[in-house]
Amino acid sequence: MSTTATAQERLGEHVLDVEDLRIEVRTDAGPGPVLVDNVSLKLRQGEVLGLIGESGAGKSTIGLATMGYSRSGCFITGGKIIFRGKDVRTMTREERQDLRGHGVAYIAQSAAASFNPALTLYEQICEIALRRGIMTETEAKADAVRLFKELELPNPEAFGERYPHQVSGGQLQRAMAAMAMITKPSILIFDEPTTALDVTTQVEVLASFRKLIREHGTAALYITHDLAVVAQIADRIMVLRHGKMIEVGDATQILQAPREEYTRRLVAERTVANQNLHLEQADAAKPILEVTNVVASYRSLTKVINDVSIDIKRGDTLAVVGESGSGKSTLARVVVGLLPRSSGDVKFQGESLPAKLQDRTRDQLRRIQMIYQMPDVALNPRQTLLEIIGRPMEFYFGTAKSEIKDQVSEMLRHIDLPESFINRRPGELSGGQKQRVCIARALAAKPELIICDEVTSALDQLVGEEILRLLNRLQEELGVAYMFITHDLGTVRRIANKVAVMLKGQLVAYGETETIFNPPFHPYTELLLSSVPEMRADWLDEVLSKRTGKAR
Amino acid sequence: MAVADANAPLKKKAPGIRLFGHKVTLSAQIGFLIVFLNLFLMVFAPFLAPYGEGMVPTDLQKWAAPSAAHWFGTDAIGRDILSQLLYGARLSIGLSLLTTIIAFFIGIVTGFAAAISGRWVDVALSRFADLILSMPTLVFSLVIITVVMAREQGFVDATGMSNAFFEGMVIVGVIGFLYAVPVFRLARAVAMNIVALEYVEAARLRGENIWWVITREILPNSIPPLVAEFGLRFCFTFLLIASLSFLGLGIQPPYQDWGSMVNQNAQAIFLGKPQPLFAAGAIALLTIGVNLVVDWLLSVYSRAHGENA
Repeated sequence: MSTTATAQERLGEHVLDVEDLRIEVRTDAGPGPVLVDNVSLKLRQGEVLGLIGESGAGKSTIGLATMGYSRSGCFITGGKIIFRGKDVRTMTREERQDLRGHGVAYIAQSAAASFNPALTLYEQICEIALRRGIMTETEAKADAVRLFKELELPNPEAFGERYPHQVSGGQLQRAMAAMAMITKPSILIFDEPTTALDVTTQVEVLASFRKLIREHGTAALYITHDLAVVAQIADRIMVLRHGKMIEVGDATQILQAPREEYTRRLVAERTVANQNLHLEQADAAKPILEVTNVVASYRSLTKVINDVSIDIKRGDTLAVVGESGSGKSTLARVVVGLLPRSSGDVKFQGESLPAKLQDRTRDQLRRIQMIYQMPDVALNPRQTLLEIIGRPMEFYFGTAKSEIKDQVSEMLRHIDLPESFINRRPGELSGGQKQRVCIARALAAKPELIICDEVTSALDQLVGEEILRLLNRLQEELGVAYMFITHDLGTVRRIANKVAVMLKGQLVAYGETETIFNPPFHPYTELLLSSVPEMRADWLDEVLSKRTGKAR
Repeated sequence: MAVADANAPLKKKAPGIRLFGHKVTLSAQIGFLIVFLNLFLMVFAPFLAPYGEGMVPTDLQKWAAPSAAHWFGTDAIGRDILSQLLYGARLSIGLSLLTTIIAFFIGIVTGFAAAISGRWVDVALSRFADLILSMPTLVFSLVIITVVMAREQGFVDATGMSNAFFEGMVIVGVIGFLYAVPVFRLARAVAMNIVALEYVEAARLRGENIWWVITREILPNSIPPLVAEFGLRFCFTFLLIASLSFLGLGIQPPYQDWGSMVNQNAQAIFLGKPQPLFAAGAIALLTIGVNLVVDWLLSVYSRAHGENA
């Protein structure tokens, strides 16, 4: 409660007042869906408002609208957006241009895609200040260095001389915050700024964002789908769904006493994360997949995977965790044969698999199937579900065309999709439905092991949850084993009975989930575990104080 | 962008002609009109032409001015220009179409193969393509055609085909091969992007052979840029055949395509007569027509496909 008290003291006058905002899609075919439906919000000096919801909830659309901008094809059709007493909608082109970057600044999700790789960070960070004629180049650079210091970037004097590819993802995201802050805007809009980062990096970036906002007394809109992240930074939280406001209130109230059913489900999704779904005990029999002392590298000499040994039994779910670059996806590629191993052995049902994909028999290929992170690119957009799911049946089992249709319909029922979808193409499905189709395609081959590569990370939380439940049900029915690659430790606790923790290509911890996730921890496992945001407003302070305490 | 018109009053949906779910712009409509007109004249030339192919009318007149009997006048040996133009369309357009199809077949198959197969296949094919591209197409084709034509009589006697057919085949073969190279480069680049996608990886993990991957996974997803390139490439082929004919190496008399018509009537320009302009105008018109259609196709496909839009 103490945070709210201090928050009240910090707050000043209203800087942004959005009333009954309405944004619609209009195409040449006529009016489309309503993206934002009569949403009102107020933002005071120094206040951070968290906008939370699933994709398609209209969070980003609202964020962009505060700058008087709407994406191509979308139109602001109603309401007022008052910035410091002036309606953004009635501003002239020049006034609006001045507002953007100077009055309101935007920090996007992917810093890597937002920076120009051909220019140094200085050139890009100072550009807006120079273009608006607010300061001279030396002033701008001095300001940039000051911001780099505040954001705890390494070697702040020389940081700006670097090019975007020379700094890490977390540093680049902070550099983007510096770019936004250089003109000292009244409002910062954070659009999922930590979503693309590893959990360990996310903590650092979150901490520096919060420090920046507090020290400058800037108002901010913080857009995210992760309730635990927004809990660390926001004073108030607004929950959105399908463009409508569901609930708005103090951060603590939303987290501890949500009034609406939908908010309760969002909060609950996070808190059930400790209950394990994996019920069936794995067979004590011989493992189906044995990976022994595998070493693999890409063209360079550095070993991406070094001396890794794991095994998976029937009905097992092995979670492979680690941050990006730890070699967890490479391990999957070695198992399926996309990347030939350079030494070690991969055995399936006791027989050694050839290192190269081309040398494996059709039956060996059939037994291991894969499900990908991005269902959008994992399905051929020009094929119907009948073709996508029917092909493995025809290819592996020579099923007759007449039977395929029945079997595909049955498969669709099995993964909870209506049979009428059989002639649809992936473009006509939602993200969660597409992922279900990917699962169906894998199941059509009647595999013994399915490798799931970050299958829920591109999906909304509640949708991802349904996918996990589906995978779990299928495991109970079919006894299929999973190798589950993920960076989301919450997921791991829920579905895996075994965990392999990877760091820089090596296995640092491996064993039963309860053993790994209970003390004594391996230091790296502990770091990973402590970096998962928890649904408490004081979590970030706690983690930070713990870490600084340790450093001393 | 939507920045400026975010608050603009909404326009009513404009009714118009639509194709593939996209509005056909005025310039594209003109383009389609020109293309269809040319195809129509080409197909029905024998019924429309007032005189037979290569026929010298009985009322022999050299360089006759346009009149009711000869709408576009007559040429140096008294043939009716309009009739020659209509029959020439069959050669010009027919040969270009055939050549472009051959170029696309070779280019797409090799381009996709280079993108999918190992590094060495790609390097070998790509360096060979660079070699061909380093020489100017017109000069290169002139050299090859001259060399092959020097042995024409031997081939013709041995195989029993007609001289005209042989000449046509040489032109189609040489240009088809040379223009397969730019198509190869485009197909390779397009396929490279698609091969990196996971549905192609999924197909390879399943154990599908290269032919399946090419025809089922890559080809259907690379149609838009290839269709646009087809239109553009057709124009180039058409102009190259015309250039060769103009230089006297293409279609040989008594047959005439539009390029050779320009060549054979060229002297009339010195006499202040309009005859060579008709064939030249036909070439220009068809090229513009095809380009208008291609521009529209390109603009349609370069726009975001917008799943929800």
